[in-house]
Amino acid sequence: MAPTLEISEPKAAADPMLPVPCRIRRVRNETADTFTWELQPADGPARFAFQPGQFNMLYVFGVGEVPISISGDPADTQSFRHTTRAVGVVTRAMRQLRAGDVLGVRGPFGSAWPIEAAAGRDVVIVAGGIGLAPLRPALCRLLAQRRRYGRIVLLYGARTPQDILFPHELERWRGKFDLEVQVTVDRSADTWRGNVGVVTTLIPCAPFEPANAVALVCGPEVMMRYTVRELQRRGIAADRIHVSMERNMKCAIGFCGHCQYGPAFICKDGPIFPFDRVESIFGKAEV
Amino acid sequence: MTTTTLEPIIREQPFFSGFEDKYLKLIVSCAKNVRFDEGDLVFREGDPANQFYLIREGMVAVHVMASQKGLVTVQTVGQGDILGWSWLFPPYRWHFDARTVRPTRALAFDGKCLRTKCEQDHGLGYEFLKRFTRIVVERLEATRLQLLDVYGAHS
Amino acid sequence: MKSAPLAVKRSDKAVLQAEDLDMLIQNLRKRGHQVIGPTRREGAIVYEELASAQNLPAGWTDEQDGGTYRLKRRTDGALFGYAVGPHSWKEFVHPPAQRLYRARRNGKQVEFLPETPPAAKCAFLGVRACELNAIAIQDRVFLGGPVVDPGYQSRRQQLFLIAVNCTVAGGTCFCASMNTGPKAASGYDVALTEVMESGRHYFMTEAGTDRGAEVLSQLPLQRATSRQEQIAADMVSQTARRMARQMDTTGIEELFYRNYEHPRWDDVAKRCLTCANCTLVCPTCFCTTVEDTADLTGQHAERWRKWDSCFTLDFSYIAGGSVRSSSRARYRQWLTHKLATWMDQFGTSGCVGCGRCITWCPAAIDLTEEVRALREGGPARGAAPTGKETKP
Repeated sequence: MAPTLEISEPKAAADPMLPVPCRIRRVRNETADTFTWELQPADGPARFAFQPGQFNMLYVFGVGEVPISISGDPADTQSFRHTTRAVGVVTRAMRQLRAGDVLGVRGPFGSAWPIEAAAGRDVVIVAGGIGLAPLRPALCRLLAQRRRYGRIVLLYGARTPQDILFPHELERWRGKFDLEVQVTVDRSADTWRGNVGVVTTLIPCAPFEPANAVALVCGPEVMMRYTVRELQRRGIAADRIHVSMERNMKCAIGFCGHCQYGPAFICKDGPIFPFDRVESIFGKAEV
Repeated sequence: MTTTTLEPIIREQPFFSGFEDKYLKLIVSCAKNVRFDEGDLVFREGDPANQFYLIREGMVAVHVMASQKGLVTVQTVGQGDILGWSWLFPPYRWHFDARTVRPTRALAFDGKCLRTKCEQDHGLGYEFLKRFTRIVVERLEATRLQLLDVYGAHS
Repeated sequence: MKSAPLAVKRSDKAVLQAEDLDMLIQNLRKRGHQVIGPTRREGAIVYEELASAQNLPAGWTDEQDGGTYRLKRRTDGALFGYAVGPHSWKEFVHPPAQRLYRARRNGKQVEFLPETPPAAKCAFLGVRACELNAIAIQDRVFLGGPVVDPGYQSRRQQLFLIAVNCTVAGGTCFCASMNTGPKAASGYDVALTEVMESGRHYFMTEAGTDRGAEVLSQLPLQRATSRQEQIAADMVSQTARRMARQMDTTGIEELFYRNYEHPRWDDVAKRCLTCANCTLVCPTCFCTTVEDTADLTGQHAERWRKWDSCFTLDFSYIAGGSVRSSSRARYRQWLTHKLATWMDQFGTSGCVGCGRCITWCPAAIDLTEEVRALREGGPARGAAPTGKETKP
């Protein structure tokens, strides 16, 4: 099938590759290698609207740009947050920045967690490691309109007790009577009084009604693979399980080609996919 | 507490769902209710393994002493979980330590009693073997995931 | 016989004598266009700026096959008597290196300085049907979505396209299979068919747009006779029949989706050098990476966008390693994208059948062969690899 030529009329859009200068208002160390930034446009506070699950491209002067999911509360009108793990060249450079420093921000980009579509249902959130960061805005939004949902369950797995993200917030959430929070670590010394075992082991007994539940899953791909398997074993349908995918990304607007994942661009069609959309390639080696 | 009152409690445990009535009646006499305080030792590595536990409430940590790392928790079990399968396989000795993390209530099943009944009735034996094998498989899978260290910086 | 200007409208067929082709080039140059077209350089026909029709490779043709490209003298003075070379037009619309912005730091302030879209108007002379389709495909990438690439848009809008219908089938061409040629169907301002018959040498012209008609109307044209029209049409349809390669595209998406584990991928991986030549010569491949530079003072930085290839290890790198670390996976990604997932993303195939990736592959890997091999045999979807039973 031959395509026809169509030259679009000029859309007076801003340059999509040009960042907006934003200033770091606060830096908080979360774990040994993970930190949270509170950011604001450099020329003053402005509303930054995003949907839970979306990400921004963060540019460090002269070093590079990386996609980082937004970890703040969507109700926060004064600033926005990113929680980053320093594992690469750019994220390590980010770690050197301090309050008052300015970086470039483009976004928000990508698909969102189906918070609206989940109304009236139980919501099961399964997070692994840094994967809790993009789910935090979802949980904030769910709790802000708590009455619209059935049971809300957060199952979170981390490597060790020291690697647990947002521990104070988890403690606060755990104290809520209308939210079930279960945290587990892969290994620990005997001072840890919580669960030990991979996060998937929490699923069989978690309190939710599979026939009427929506699952939001974010973590390393292998963790998501086994998580989805357990959720399906409990009886949640593939189209109500949502996963957040990660691939190399250079532009976030579908021009650079790096984030191709089968028939999808993770930047435009993802990062969050209903599982049935990626099921045929999910877990396939080197796709 | 008499054994007759334990039957409905056993029946409602997910582990025994679909368990035939005749088998349930056979094993009720092997079960008793137990409770542990926080920090109690449930069993010790190397001791004879003559029970398994079905946790009704609380949490038990399975430990191993690793010379340089000290006491390492490899797994915790909680409500609805099975603790212990060494009773089913020779040499019937515990391979790990188990200690409660919180006050814990459990059903304790006498392993010797069950082994005898399983030998007498292979139908019951097969039923137990299937249910325990599934647990062993799930724990093996979970252990493999733990080995992958999926949250490590380079995974 | 010298002819006077003839007013033509869209779709009118008219004859332009070969010796008057330069008037078209000069006309466009006068209108402020940089005219780019084929010329001979370093043993290949490449696309460069043309000062006049003198720069065209008159009397040359090419011999192409898997991993082979040779220029050869023709017995006549045809100006477009060859197929496509290593260059494609994408380098002028989607440049290999492009600055995205400059950044300036001043104390705690950072400023981003945008690039101004280029002002230069280009006219492409000698765009083949497959290449028109390739431009249309890249249009969908950079202009077809909710976000538009401003640099591409600016270059593209100023483009004047002169198509040349193919009267020679290249050794690796298969546009007839892809339904993208050899006749230019749309997307051009002016289309030409080069005709040499009974000692005469002329171009059958046709305007595809009003501005194309306007440019043509300033040239010395003659009304085409029906015989002349017929000769030109026959030459193009003959090219379709002489196409050296074919590709069966029936159910091609499904073919790829059910063959992620086909043993042919291992076979091609042994031959593929992952040199990225195919992606560089491909007229539709659009992938880019970015490079950041900073000067020694640390006060100035630049961000550049450069062509990239899915054949590099870096392409799929995320913390922990490359997602596609084997050449098997990278070749599979490229071909699956080109022929299958491209349709999901952009509604068309990513292949126009130009054959460049076959000609310029140092290992002579031929995608039409690879598709044929995928169709033959291989495990059915979901089938598990099985061991062979041996005697005890």
